[in-house]
Amino acid sequence: MKALVLFTGMLLTGADAFGADPHVDIQKFAFVPKEITVAPGTAVTWTNLDETPHTLKASDGSFASKALDTSDTFQQTFSKEGDYTYFCTLHPFMTGTVHVRGGGGSAGGGQ
Amino acid sequence: MSDHDPHSESPSELIDPLRRRALGCIAGWAGAAVVWTVAGGVPRTLGATPTGTKAAASSGAFTFVQISDTHFGFHKDANPDVVGSYRRAVADIAALPQRPALIVHTGDLTHLSKPEEFGQARELLQELHVDRVHTVPGEHDTLDDGLTGYLNNFDHDGQKRAWYSFDQGGVHFIGLSNVLNFKLGTMTSLGDEQLAWLKKDLAGVSHSTPIVVLAHIPMWTVYAPWGWGTADAAQAMALFKPYGSVTVLNGHIHQVLQKVEGHVALHTARSLAYPLPTPGQEGIGEPGPLKVPADELGKRLGTRQLTVVRGRHELALIDTPLDRG
Repeated sequence: MKALVLFTGMLLTGADAFGADPHVDIQKFAFVPKEITVAPGTAVTWTNLDETPHTLKASDGSFASKALDTSDTFQQTFSKEGDYTYFCTLHPFMTGTVHVRGGGGSAGGGQ
Repeated sequence: MSDHDPHSESPSELIDPLRRRALGCIAGWAGAAVVWTVAGGVPRTLGATPTGTKAAASSGAFTFVQISDTHFGFHKDANPDVVGSYRRAVADIAALPQRPALIVHTGDLTHLSKPEEFGQARELLQELHVDRVHTVPGEHDTLDDGLTGYLNNFDHDGQKRAWYSFDQGGVHFIGLSNVLNFKLGTMTSLGDEQLAWLKKDLAGVSHSTPIVVLAHIPMWTVYAPWGWGTADAAQAMALFKPYGSVTVLNGHIHQVLQKVEGHVALHTARSLAYPLPTPGQEGIGEPGPLKVPADELGKRLGTRQLTVVRGRHELALIDTPLDRG
């Protein structure tokens, strides 16, 4: 699991070895990366790089952002384990998933 | 029966929707078993001074104009001056040989639904010298607080909802909202409440009455991977089926496309803000604003004139780009 977190963190930020500041770009009408795996208690930050506004909304309604204009960011902390699928309410074909996994558990996703 | 609103209005009342119901008296064409054809969607180049074109229909014609996707508040590279583009359209409309009876705006008045953008939209729409401007919301008009901001400025019948109907020039106009019900991985929808209202609204409209439907997102599936369609449009189409002439006017995709299903003709319009790629355009990958050379932008933006000519049973569409050279 640690390896997955490490990998994801490096992929996203290229910096923090433990993925403590995981980041998702919103770019060309897609969440990049589409899936991300973090430990409970982690805050994930999204940044809109498009000229078009986008939003995030969890399919289970557990979180939602305001509309993000270019360069706007949104941060959400995930305290409980689970798979949080979200989408852009303006472009619902844009989807992503945050996998929240505790230490030592088996992990899904992260790629 | 007059083709035009017999009442003149002061500019401050240009988009006062509350007067609309009074127009019901001129609804319907007496007697005629009207079978209409829609000839159109054909882009036509007008002269630099658009006078005496084919749009200059004979007397007895009922003419209105569609504009769409003004995105007031947008100021990025794809068009740093959307207000300038809009004002070119205002000038084009003012120069039409026949004054349009009304103007419809098929959504995305604003870019980010900000209060100041709605205020700007209201002010700019006053520059259109017509009796009335009818709008439907785009998804850019519903950011953060749903329809609240939109309805604060464009509640056409005081019902606190984005769908409504009215009659003018013998045409039954229906404004719909298909920009709220986005669900993960699917296209937008009208929703059961609105479809129930539509069924009830149509119950009072004779099948020979021409129908014009306004909705922001295309009412047919233009390109599902980009969400360019309405998931429950088929239910609306079933309600339209008994009618001899139905014209659906959409925006959202910032380009002219058309489809005919039986007696229903569906047309999307150009934007006045920025172009978008063609559906699934190769090498693009996403439906974001297209940056085109400055001298090409005006060719990708434009207005649409619709003319109904009594006796000819024809509704003609002329799509006119801002740049016609």
